[in-house]
Amino acid sequence: MADSATHAQPSADGETRRDFLLYATTAVGVAGTGLALWPFVHSMNPAADTLALSTTDVDISAIQPGQAITVVWRGKPVFVRHRTPEEIATAQKEDGASDLRDKQTDASRVQKAEWLIVIGVCTHLGCVPLGQKSADPRGDFGGWFCPCHGSHYDTSGRIRKGPAPLNLPVPDYKFTSDTTIRIG
Amino acid sequence: MSGFQTNNKVVSWLDQRLPIFSMMQHSAIDYPTPRNLNYWWNFGSLAGFVLVIMILTGVVLVMNYASHTSMAFDSVERIMRDVNYGWLIRYLHMNGASMFFILVYIHIFRNLYYGSYKSPREVLWWIGIVIYLAMMATGFLGYVLPWGQMSFWGATVITNLFSAFPIVGEPIVTWLWGGFSVDNPTLSRFFSLHYLLPFVIFGLVVLHVWALHTVKSNNPLGVEIKTPADAIPFHPYYTIKDLFGIGVFLMFYLAFVFWAPNFFGEPDNYIPANPMVTPPHIVPEWYYLPFYAILRAFTTDIWIISAKLQGVVAMFGAILILFALPWLDTSKVRSARFRPLYRQFFWLFLIDCLILGYVGGKPAEGILITVGQIATAYYFFHFLVLMPVLGRIEKPKPLPASISAPVLKEKAHA
Amino acid sequence: MRKLVLSAIVAAGLTAVGGTAQASGGGEPLMKPGFSWEGVFGRYDKGELKRGFEVFHQVCSNCHGLRLVAYRNLAAVGLDQEEIKTVAAERELPDAPNDEGMVSPRPGRPSDKYIDPFPNEKAAASANGGAAPPDLSLMAKARVGGPNYVYSLMLGFVENPPADHPIPEGKYFNTYFPGNAISMPPQLMEDLVTYADGTKATPEQMAKDITAFLNWAAEPELDERKSMGLKVMIFLLVFTAMLYALKRQIWKNIH
Repeated sequence: MADSATHAQPSADGETRRDFLLYATTAVGVAGTGLALWPFVHSMNPAADTLALSTTDVDISAIQPGQAITVVWRGKPVFVRHRTPEEIATAQKEDGASDLRDKQTDASRVQKAEWLIVIGVCTHLGCVPLGQKSADPRGDFGGWFCPCHGSHYDTSGRIRKGPAPLNLPVPDYKFTSDTTIRIG
Repeated sequence: MSGFQTNNKVVSWLDQRLPIFSMMQHSAIDYPTPRNLNYWWNFGSLAGFVLVIMILTGVVLVMNYASHTSMAFDSVERIMRDVNYGWLIRYLHMNGASMFFILVYIHIFRNLYYGSYKSPREVLWWIGIVIYLAMMATGFLGYVLPWGQMSFWGATVITNLFSAFPIVGEPIVTWLWGGFSVDNPTLSRFFSLHYLLPFVIFGLVVLHVWALHTVKSNNPLGVEIKTPADAIPFHPYYTIKDLFGIGVFLMFYLAFVFWAPNFFGEPDNYIPANPMVTPPHIVPEWYYLPFYAILRAFTTDIWIISAKLQGVVAMFGAILILFALPWLDTSKVRSARFRPLYRQFFWLFLIDCLILGYVGGKPAEGILITVGQIATAYYFFHFLVLMPVLGRIEKPKPLPASISAPVLKEKAHA
Repeated sequence: MRKLVLSAIVAAGLTAVGGTAQASGGGEPLMKPGFSWEGVFGRYDKGELKRGFEVFHQVCSNCHGLRLVAYRNLAAVGLDQEEIKTVAAERELPDAPNDEGMVSPRPGRPSDKYIDPFPNEKAAASANGGAAPPDLSLMAKARVGGPNYVYSLMLGFVENPPADHPIPEGKYFNTYFPGNAISMPPQLMEDLVTYADGTKATPEQMAKDITAFLNWAAEPELDERKSMGLKVMIFLLVFTAMLYALKRQIWKNIH
């Protein structure tokens, strides 16, 4: 029926109608294909169980001043360092140092001055810096030294020298008691 | 490869060095197609569409699947529960397998009805059978991967088929398993091959289409394209018709995915594999049921040939016999439209296959054993006796002079 | 069009073959009480899920595991974060080794999967007369009849088994269990649990609620699946209609 109606129309009008239908169908088809691809893309984002594993409890009672431990949080190393009074003093004194590439005060990076908690992933290209063990090189500033491309971090985990652009990030954490922290 | 014209310098530069645009123009746009194809000719492109969906969903599923006996079942459930849209992708893959077989079965029966396997399309038909065999292997391997009860026992039963062969049978089965039972080595290799075979199928499909474009499509009348009036270019006529077919098919397919995702499945496969407990009633996936019925139809040893070996040989023979069909069929006429006798027997054969499928899904007991045996005998009777004889005794109806002749005649009447 | 209908019939015939494979099973025909999540527009009933969880938590979970469901998932049956933490902490599981290498238990967390009532299958079997109670995570999908089977089984106990069907010591007669002799004693007594929402806990009510909960445990995606399905179908109807119109336009001079 629709056919006979269009047959009766002048051909120019028929052409317009066909073009409109073609464009509209193409648009709907492209939109539908796009929407159909989203589940495939989104399936590669973190799954529900991965998202749920976002906290780690750490017992810090056994860490002596000057020592540090590494814990795993979201599959990444987190450095928990019990700083000595000298390290704290140095970190605070150098808040205004001219070589601070990513300016932050030491106070803004800790909740309790003796505990420095940072994600142990170099902000350059993702290596794990050295400095957790007493025998490790700690770089020119007494914090951490990344062996991959020579980034030096100070006792507040701030980048001082080398290619890394940013300070070692501080994860969300809270003291659940005097001797335990919960990261995440 | 002519007919491709462009003013775009870049396209032209590329095409002179690698003629992909000419090839597309030649095979997807200009390809002269009989003007009278009916909707039964949609199922080939539909099957190709599902193959792409299967590969796409499969590749994404693999990102979260663990092919180890201790983790496979739980990793599939993690996909169903925790991975974003994992349930959708897995159900698309699960039901996609059944859809692939539905489409291919219709495609095969369309081919049988219209005699598309006959000269000069024998090689086209052969490649099709190889695709079908590769699909059966892929489907079987894939069904093992979730490592549920049916996965495990299906794998055990099917691999044991090879033990029917005297002397070499047992070593072959041990080799297939990589051990002394279906276990982790078996799962790992099945996974590897399940990932490989779809790409083999894809390559075979390319050959299938190549052969098709060489000998051109058959059509409901079964007479070759003779004049330009018989053919129309593939694009836009058949591109739009195939796209419309995809729309209709998607509604059918997705109705299962969204509302009855386990319709084709077995409840037992939601029980983790247990090598110590066999489920009371093991059945293969529905698409193997006719062959499963043929396998079980043999119950008596004949001389030194065990019933088991007869069943296995008959089951493989039931598929291999298709390779000889172009020569078993002695008729000069392709389409069943002009073969009054063959048309009757075509429907009988279809019913026979459905009966075999029904029997294959039921426990082998009572009257069903006899029914299965009769249906099996008829299956081979159809190919070995009916097809050669019918071509000789049947008097076909007169063929139209060309594809466009009856069309023009109808127009004249209107 | 006639041909499309034909193809639909062939497809239906093929699928019927698939369907017959599912229809096998033993015992009486199952009861079909009708569930809220059945049908095209079916959805879970939140109240039913919550009550079902209460039955599971107070009764079933003493013997049965639910190992594929995480405590955090219980938000979907209407528990808030604090309730989830409480439920998770009721059982313990081995913690990671401490610095001395000692493994000590820790309470469960919301991110943990449901902790099994027994440490392993042998312990479960020995505490239950030799038959380990099966995990219930997928029970509503893993039996012929699905939720109807779960519902029927819960109400299928018969106190005096038929004389011609003796039941061994330590087993119970259940009309719907394959072979009838089940190791689980009848559970659903009048007022077995006290529902928080004040619903009267009749055996039928509890059977329906626990079936709803177990179906959710097996198919937590069902609500999202069906609502997405409706949107997709509406889209496809419109799109396919457009394709059909375009096809007719393109083909009008050919026929």
